[in-house]
Amino acid sequence: MTVHVSGVQPTAAAPAKPSSAARSLRSLTHRPEAGALIGTLTVFVFFVIFGGSKFGSSGGAASWLNVAAELGIIAIPVGLLMIAGELDLSVGSVLAASSMTLAIVSGHWNAPLIVGVLLALGLGLVVGLVNGIIVTRTNVPSFVVTLATLFALSGFTLGLSRVITGTTSVPLHPDPLTKHVFGMLIGNKFEVAIFWWLAVVLGVGWMLHVTRYGNWIFAVGGDKESARASGIPTQQVKIALFMGSGLGAALVGVIQTSLYNGAQVANGQSFVFNSIISVVIGGVLLTGGYGSVVGVVLGTLTFAIVNQGIYYTDWNSDWASLILGILLLVAVLMNNTFRKLALSYAPRGRKL
Amino acid sequence: MTAPLLTLTDVCKSFAGTDVVSDVSLEVRPGEVLCLLGDNGAGKSTLIKILSGFHPPTSGTLEISGEPVSFGSPRDASGHGIATVHQFGGTFPLMGIGRSFFVGAEPTKGRGPLRRFDRKLAGEIAVRELRGLGITRVTDGDRLVGSLSGGERQALAIARAVYFGATVLILDEPTAALGVKEAAHVLRLIMQARQRGVAVIFVTHNVTHAMTVGDHFAVLIRGALAADFRKGERSREEITDLMAGGEAMAELEAELATYQDAHDGHPPQLR
Repeated sequence: MTVHVSGVQPTAAAPAKPSSAARSLRSLTHRPEAGALIGTLTVFVFFVIFGGSKFGSSGGAASWLNVAAELGIIAIPVGLLMIAGELDLSVGSVLAASSMTLAIVSGHWNAPLIVGVLLALGLGLVVGLVNGIIVTRTNVPSFVVTLATLFALSGFTLGLSRVITGTTSVPLHPDPLTKHVFGMLIGNKFEVAIFWWLAVVLGVGWMLHVTRYGNWIFAVGGDKESARASGIPTQQVKIALFMGSGLGAALVGVIQTSLYNGAQVANGQSFVFNSIISVVIGGVLLTGGYGSVVGVVLGTLTFAIVNQGIYYTDWNSDWASLILGILLLVAVLMNNTFRKLALSYAPRGRKL
Repeated sequence: MTAPLLTLTDVCKSFAGTDVVSDVSLEVRPGEVLCLLGDNGAGKSTLIKILSGFHPPTSGTLEISGEPVSFGSPRDASGHGIATVHQFGGTFPLMGIGRSFFVGAEPTKGRGPLRRFDRKLAGEIAVRELRGLGITRVTDGDRLVGSLSGGERQALAIARAVYFGATVLILDEPTAALGVKEAAHVLRLIMQARQRGVAVIFVTHNVTHAMTVGDHFAVLIRGALAADFRKGERSREEITDLMAGGEAMAELEAELATYQDAHDGHPPQLR
């Protein structure tokens, strides 16, 4: 059987073979991040044209890279969770709670900074654990569960902060080491968070696309029952991912607190929907089973460029959300088209 | 005749006091196709769920090669070589063929933190196994499962089950959603699995499909085994009659006859 296949195929397939450029273009359109790449390039070119030279300068790049980095550290694990078929809205309150934890423990009570940082990050993990356990045990949609923890934790943080400190804003004086690790401005422009984002992207990207655990995450999001029947510990996978998004949000809380030398109770609520917007623009399917880390990175960059680019134009910044709303809708429609294209895969060598 | 691979003895299942499956005894032999026939709600799905480890039976025993077994989970059942393929293949439409083939049993290369999923190998094996079942149109292991036809998806699921050592293959209505050609393909797949010595349980309510590949037939009516016979022992009409609830039809005919007797041979008037 193999004999005649190897003898016949090359001559039969050769004439119809498309050029390598056409093939690589097609394999690109068959990837989840195809739409996101177009989106990022479009908004970048748009703001380079309308934002003038300042947008293209290093100061301009810093402004959107800083926004992208903080958002990206949360959007990557949130995207991972969405690939597994779940949402996490609680990240806003986790960010605020971890900021306040660090500021109260190390600023108000003067405990060593490392203690405050570890407690803040631990808080993120605990909230993720609670979210994960409730979602997997009760089968209540994660949208509702994490909406509940978003509100509950925000109230808890506000109440406890007032009881302990009598205020909603607590200063912190980070030592040089903490400042360097979490809250430094490199060249007075670029936040050190950019490197944290890079680390998260590489780590999570490796896990999702290279290790077997990535396969488990896609399977859990694609069809939970089949995944379970194939022997994947679906509940543990989901709990671990919720803990991941909690940790990401807590890390940004620590970063912001050491960057701004203090914490405020109301920090972070904008991250709830901004992270979802970035993930969806990045080509992750809201119902799970499809997406990529590169896509989420591009979605985050797109968001940050629009969010900051508007300040470099002559227009009022009030319009930024309008652009983002339209962009979100266009991105989703475009991603649907590309996903359909990937599903209507024609074998190589056959004309489309 | 070979010894039975899977034996069910007096298997009952009731939910909240209602019997869904009652006293079903069956034998499934390697290299044989058992067709499980029955109308909707006859208890076919429940029986399959018992066999694939989703529900424990309320009473009765399961034996594999003469050894009594009880399954705590679907994982447990597949550990005993029982694989179930559902109507739509039970696969992941947005995953690549190689990735989907090895879900939960991914081949890896490298060690320690560098241990990684061998996507190339997974794709190659999946394509090779598909080819073994006569699917030659698929050559790229990264191709999404959702781009396959219904029959190809069934082939992927069957190839996967056989590759991972299934000795009993349960196919739950594999032809129900397919066109004529695709259904014929799936029937051919069933014959291929049978030739490899797999015991196949083919659940269907299509008598023609069942007659084409079946060696042994079991008809379920309201959870009980209404008939259990081998190939050639019953005609197509008899089987169809049985499935359509032969009793119900007989009752209806008797009722009509009684009415005609009582009304001087006039059939009942429709209003």
